[in-house]
Amino acid sequence: MAQRMQQGARPGGSRFAQFKLVLLGESAVGKSSLVLRFVKDQFDDYRESTIGAAFLTQTIALDENTTVKFEIWDTAGQERYKSLAPMYYRNANCAVVVYDITQASSLDKAKAWVKELQRQANENIIIALAGNKLDLVNESPDKRAIQTSDAEQYAREAGLLFFETSAKTATNVKELFTAIAKKLPMDQAGPRGIRAGQRPGVDLRPGDSSTSPTPGCNC
Amino acid sequence: MADTANIDTAETAEGISTKDFDKRAGSEHSESGTREVPIASLQSRESSPPPLPARPRQLSRPDRSPFGSYSRPSSAGGPRLASRATTAVSRADIQTKSYGDERPGGHLLPGSRGVSRQQSFSNLGRFVSNSKSDGGDSASIRSYIPTLEASGDVESLLGEVLSDYASPAWKKLDACALEQAGYFHDVTYEVDVLNDIFEREFDELEPSRPDGSNEEALMAQFRSKLKHFLILSSAGKPIYSRHGDDQLVTNYIGVVQTIISFYQGAKDGLKGFTAGDVRFVIMSKGPLNLVAISQLGESDAQLRAQLEALYMQILSTLTLPNMERMFSNRPSIDLRRPLQGTETLLSALADGFTRGSPSSLLSALECLRLRKTHRQVINNSMLKVRSQNLLYGLIVAGGKLVSVIRPKKHSLHPGDLELIFNMLFEAEGIKAGGGENWIPICLPGFNNTGFLYMYVSFLSATQPNHEVVERPSSRDEREEEIAILFISPNKEGFFELRQMKDDLVEQLQENGGMQSIRSAVVKGRPSCVDIAPGTVARHFLYKSKGNVQFAMPSYEPNFNTTLSRRRLLSLYHILHASVHVKNAHLKVQHCISRDSISLAWITPMFELFCVADPSASRNALAQAANKIIQWIRREEERVFIIGGAVF
Repeated sequence: MAQRMQQGARPGGSRFAQFKLVLLGESAVGKSSLVLRFVKDQFDDYRESTIGAAFLTQTIALDENTTVKFEIWDTAGQERYKSLAPMYYRNANCAVVVYDITQASSLDKAKAWVKELQRQANENIIIALAGNKLDLVNESPDKRAIQTSDAEQYAREAGLLFFETSAKTATNVKELFTAIAKKLPMDQAGPRGIRAGQRPGVDLRPGDSSTSPTPGCNC
Repeated sequence: MADTANIDTAETAEGISTKDFDKRAGSEHSESGTREVPIASLQSRESSPPPLPARPRQLSRPDRSPFGSYSRPSSAGGPRLASRATTAVSRADIQTKSYGDERPGGHLLPGSRGVSRQQSFSNLGRFVSNSKSDGGDSASIRSYIPTLEASGDVESLLGEVLSDYASPAWKKLDACALEQAGYFHDVTYEVDVLNDIFEREFDELEPSRPDGSNEEALMAQFRSKLKHFLILSSAGKPIYSRHGDDQLVTNYIGVVQTIISFYQGAKDGLKGFTAGDVRFVIMSKGPLNLVAISQLGESDAQLRAQLEALYMQILSTLTLPNMERMFSNRPSIDLRRPLQGTETLLSALADGFTRGSPSSLLSALECLRLRKTHRQVINNSMLKVRSQNLLYGLIVAGGKLVSVIRPKKHSLHPGDLELIFNMLFEAEGIKAGGGENWIPICLPGFNNTGFLYMYVSFLSATQPNHEVVERPSSRDEREEEIAILFISPNKEGFFELRQMKDDLVEQLQENGGMQSIRSAVVKGRPSCVDIAPGTVARHFLYKSKGNVQFAMPSYEPNFNTTLSRRRLLSLYHILHASVHVKNAHLKVQHCISRDSISLAWITPMFELFCVADPSASRNALAQAANKIIQWIRREEERVFIIGGAVF
């Protein structure tokens, strides 16, 4: 797969960059929910497990002149998909490793992912650690299984961005992705081909009605 | 054979005349009755085969114990008695008008059996023969004759399709409805209540409370389910249960495992048994035991096919060698871990079977009806943009196949497609943010030892100007989704196939292919009346054996509820089972019951199952069947994908 990071300057002095992001973490920690909140600003209380991986895009404006487009791989957390993970993180510019602050074991899994990323992925990969389901803890504090300070300390040692998030209440979701975008190397690359408007989503409007079949005729 | 000849000419020429039709039906087994037209000719045809010996009347489930629920006093008691008494009011009415209740072969074998229903009249003799498991070889034939052309029948179509078959589920539903409704007079109310019960079949049980305080309520809910599927390892570990959590099913798993291993120990594997009104069918597949527990009156073969599909789903997650390795490494492995996240796929399959699915009944696919030239345009667009690593390319709209391209030497296995369609259109897993998906999947029919990779992207048929962002949650809306699937052996092929999708959509946009798909999706299936104006047929299934595809009309306007569809499908299951009993070389089977008249017609080319109002005559139904066949012939290249596009 080609390096999917492209940056460039728009004519008006504005900058545009595109980055590949991958979400990793144990199953049922809320990876898809975080993405859904980020991309669609929606939340489902009941969400089925992701099958395989889903590919989404979202564009955010960092400031007046800077636009960042994320190409997101939302992977499934089940063990059986583990062998496919390198394919998703191999060329990633950034990764969000998610754990569930009410499940102690999920942080261990997250640490394992961080380790793997630091060993196998892009050298300059930006990794963010996200402790999800903050809303549950706000509701009943005794559900918390992982102290903020512990996770924070780990993140600092490992050189990760760190947020406690809630996909349900949208707490820190935008902040998480914005922080990643800010940390990504926007300035290194010179002006290159601008990918604005390149979004391959094809216009599906009915278009020319001349091609539509005459109703009623079946031949 | 004269019969075959008849049918063959029927296919090529005008279709069978109703006279032929009756003859054929008659020649299978003669019948008699106080009926006017065609019956008189029946007896004269050739030498009618001698009447079969008396058999217990067990039609819908030929493998069941010889003495079906009819003869069990226990099941005749209680609520069922009550419900029968209530319905008898209308039943008596009907008899004088049109036809009576079945009385098995009364005139042929006087006194050989008890009169099953008091209301039977001796002059309404009927021939009933059927098979049972012990013999396992005899044909199951059931022909009933209306005494008169009924007019203005009070019963709603298929209101009680299965009452004659004594399917325990329907009795149970009826009984429940009676308890709750009190009266049967208010038909709409009755239907509402039944609907409600049937809808609740798909509700999840609440979780067991740790203190066990809701255990009893849970048991009641658990037992009220009409259908269960259990999957366990041969070591007795639970793998999957459609209803109930671990705590609830553990006991059952233990019992089932004990029973299964008892017979396995005796080197005489258990295939199925009946307990009360419930049929158990067991399938052992290597390290797995799969159990179907049904009160819906399906045949063993049908239940086994359903278990087979569940097994295929498990293989499609794990692949066969992987699964076998896991078990040989550790026979006591808990397979739920590796299968984690696919419970919804299994449940979606299971619920599909409970709801009733023509596709799985017939093991065939349905195609979107499209003009031949339009389909060609779509096929050619796909071939044109085909990327290097593509194995199969499919466009699917609401579970109906629009177009396929495939390599010359590989065809697609219907069972594999069933799994894919289930994943895309029934389960909700592929919904995350509405993006594009990349899914490793083993297609066991293609190759059960390895994974393929499937690119999936959804387009909306009704909102044409953008890709679907969040998939609709209701089943009906999903009918209007268009999915583009590309399957490749290359696990790194996502971006390549994604490009192919973009190119394809652009092509279809330009050449009008997208527009024709979209309008076909919006148009939906034609109704019976569109197909044959003035027809008595209310619904039919036509399977083209050569193409492994089927066609059917819309459920509307006659079958609008889940329950009425399930009843229709149950009727199809019964017809299907009776013509597919081993060694039943049946060609035409005619069934008349209180609520419907139906027909199964089997030839080497096709299978047709057709249902009409009980008030319709056999002639009319036969004519309708011919009309349907004519329509199919005319539309063959539109309703079916013939050959498909190969590269």
